[in-house]
Amino acid sequence: MPSRDEIFEKVKTALVDALGVDDDEVTPGATMVGDLGAESIDFLDIVFRLEKSFGIKIPRGELFPEDVLSSTEFVFNGKVNAAGMAALKARMPFYDLTNFEQNPSVQNFPNMLTVEDMVRYVQSKVGH
Amino acid sequence: MRWFWIDRFDEFVRNRHAVAVKNVSLAEEHLHDHFPGAALMPNSLIVEGMAQTAGLLVADAIDYNRRVVLAKVAGAEFYFDAVPGDTIRFRAEILDLKPAGSFTKVSSTVDERLQGEAELFFAHLEPGEGVPKLFEPEELLKWLDQMHIYDIGRDESGQPLQRPDW
Repeated sequence: MPSRDEIFEKVKTALVDALGVDDDEVTPGATMVGDLGAESIDFLDIVFRLEKSFGIKIPRGELFPEDVLSSTEFVFNGKVNAAGMAALKARMPFYDLTNFEQNPSVQNFPNMLTVEDMVRYVQSKVGH
Repeated sequence: MRWFWIDRFDEFVRNRHAVAVKNVSLAEEHLHDHFPGAALMPNSLIVEGMAQTAGLLVADAIDYNRRVVLAKVAGAEFYFDAVPGDTIRFRAEILDLKPAGSFTKVSSTVDERLQGEAELFFAHLEPGEGVPKLFEPEELLKWLDQMHIYDIGRDESGQPLQRPDW
C-alpha cells in the first residue's frame, strides 16, 4: 500500500503532465481550476493518468459528479439543495465540502476542488 | 487547400494501432509561408496528421457512432524539421478508450528517425453537443477508401475489416 506522500507525488506527476504546471505549483491546498487552470477536458486527461499510474478504475461521475450537479432533484435556482449535498457527501466522502456548503452554487463546485481532494480520492481507491 | 494531412494508411489494427504516411512535397503551398525561403512542414500541421491518424483509429473503434474531436494536445515534442522530399510515418496507439473520450500516443518518424511525439486526447461527442455534423457518411466512406483502411485494415484477431454499408 502506498503512503499518503507516495500518492501525493504520483498525483503531482499526473497534474504536472496533464496541466503543464510546474512542480512547485502543485501544493495540497492548490485548487484545480483557480490555481492550476484545469478545464473540463483536463479532468478526463487526469482520470486517464491516475488510472494508469495507480492501476485503478475511476467510474464516470465519481471524481466529478456532473450527474448530481445537473439534476433537477438536487439543484434549485443554481444551488445544490440539502438532498443534493447529502448525495454529494455519500458519493464523495473524500472531498472536503465545508467551504462549498457556505455557498453551494453549482458553478462554485469545480473551483473548490483541491489537490488534497485528489489525493484523498486516490487513497480511498487504493484501500487507505 | 484540403484539410488532409495523411496520404494513406499502411497499418490499421482496430482498437490497437495505426500507421499512416504523409509525403511532404514542395508543391504544397503552406510550406512556403512558414519561413519564406526555407520550406518546411510546420509542426502544427504535423500535429494535424497525428490527429487524423489517431482520430480515425478511435472513430473506427467506436464504430463512428460519435463525433471524435481533438480536445487536447499534451506533451508534444519535435526533434527536427520535416522538409520537402521527406516521408513522415505517423504511428498512433490507443492507450485508453472510454465512452466520453480517448487517450492516444502518436509518434512521427522520418527515415526511421523520431521526428516528434505527442499525447492526444479526443472527446467523443453525441450529436447536439455543440458540434455540427462533421461528415456526410458517403463522404467519410470515400475518405476511408482513399486512405486504404479497408484494403489493409485488420481487427484484433487478424481478420480483414468489413467495409461499412453506409
